Amino acid sequence: MNAFFNYFSEIGHGIGTLLKGMRVTSGYFFRPREIITQKYPENRATLKMFDQFKGEVVMPHDKNNNHRCTGCGICENNCPNGSIQILTRKETTPEGKSVRVIDKHIYHLSMCTFCGLCVKTCPSDALAFGQTFEHAVFDRQKLTKVLNKPGSSLKKDVKE
Amino acid sequence: MVEKSEVILGENEHLRINMGPQHPSTHGVLRFELDLRGEIVDQVIPHCGYIHRGIEKMSEANTYQQIIHLTDRMDYLSAHQNNEAMSLLVEKALGIEVPERVKVIRTILSELSRLQSHELWWAAFGMDLGALTTFFYGLRDRERILDIFEESFGSRLLHSYICPGGLMNDVHPNFKSRIKEFIPYFRKKLPEYDQLLTGNIIFMERSKNIGLLTREEAIAFGITGPSGRGSGFSCDVRKHEPYSAYDRVDFKEILYTEGDTYARYRVRIDEMWESLRILEQLVDQIPDGDYTVKMKPIIKLPEGEYYQRVETARGELGVYVVSTGDKYPERIHFRTPNFSNLFVIDKLARGHKIADLVAISGSLDLVIPDIDR
Repeated sequence: MNAFFNYFSEIGHGIGTLLKGMRVTSGYFFRPREIITQKYPENRATLKMFDQFKGEVVMPHDKNNNHRCTGCGICENNCPNGSIQILTRKETTPEGKSVRVIDKHIYHLSMCTFCGLCVKTCPSDALAFGQTFEHAVFDRQKLTKVLNKPGSSLKKDVKE
Repeated sequence: MVEKSEVILGENEHLRINMGPQHPSTHGVLRFELDLRGEIVDQVIPHCGYIHRGIEKMSEANTYQQIIHLTDRMDYLSAHQNNEAMSLLVEKALGIEVPERVKVIRTILSELSRLQSHELWWAAFGMDLGALTTFFYGLRDRERILDIFEESFGSRLLHSYICPGGLMNDVHPNFKSRIKEFIPYFRKKLPEYDQLLTGNIIFMERSKNIGLLTREEAIAFGITGPSGRGSGFSCDVRKHEPYSAYDRVDFKEILYTEGDTYARYRVRIDEMWESLRILEQLVDQIPDGDYTVKMKPIIKLPEGEYYQRVETARGELGVYVVSTGDKYPERIHFRTPNFSNLFVIDKLARGHKIADLVAISGSLDLVIPDIDR
């Protein structure tokens, strides 16, 4: 008789625990707003990333198409994966001084691990992190970017 | 005429099959070679190395600042603790004392990492046992912590945030208020975890007395972290060798003596409560000050051997560095918790069914890139 009673009480206990869990889930069934984290592809228009978000490395230019990169190569040295290449050339200023100017600041997004060492160590704050995050492309070569815009030049007040 | 095959898989026929490397319940590229007798597991041979990237060797060609981003990629769910281990080692070798602010923030980040790691583990563990709902609920709460991370240092998983000498950048002004919002939120949600899974009859039947590990065996295999504490092995580095700000917070080391899958589960659930307690104590005590000490651009450790250990979400992580005074380490070794925790699986799973093997490997909370490094 006791075993018989235990058998049914165990079944009852089991069903009880299942119902306990189902009470939680059915609660959220009627309050679905609390369980949703983000409706990502639909909220593209309103989605704003945090200011610190590390999407990709960019080189900010001001409205006169001037950047702050002097081509010192510190970011290139600090990058652990070799995702930055800087091509420089010598130019002679009207005063007759020869200065180093960047030709191309090449950034391989495909090799970047977003460790942030280039942005942190840049002595002239030429680099920053951009907010874009949809980086999927069909051709791998599109992931190699030239960060300085064509025709851009060094800002006047940046000292090496 | 085709001859009929005489081989019938009977009770005593042994069958060797592979579980993995793409099996979803191994949580990564890990292959178990199983020796089966019917549905009973006779032997489990883990084969690792599918995601070996040679992080230890790569570190020998990287400066100490650059190694930080490689340590992220070992145990990606404990990225902060991995960064911290390497940073603490460099600071110990150079004799640098970091500001109080850095210590407190590092401890907060460690506990937040532990919370998000345990939440993901709880989510995935429920899914291993067939309860899909837990996955959504666990990830919902994890999202809150990831938002805190993303706002302050721009990434959700691989942060590279703690660096030798302090932090990469200062935390966001909202950092404190967001944690203060999160603690009461999660205190309300954590009992739901118990209601959904802990008391559930199906879950109890599948986890109690499955995969028994005694304290002696845990010590012999070097099982650390919640898996070891589930067997009564007191191995919490935060208690035994306090680093950062752990010496001034009040928390319990969770110990269960049963040593089965359910005990390991309980340890992690209770650890989440303890993590919340640590966060509550520290969140109001973030002192003002610098977020980093000035370091030389190229760090050169003095000649010698250094070892530093921290408690990650999965156990004890040790970093061993041999330096010859160069800017690169001569040799570096990571004692990762998952590597030790993996190889006890043969001991635990013998005599149990295949479905229990999934429960056992889930309760060990394995992260495969940490095993292979």
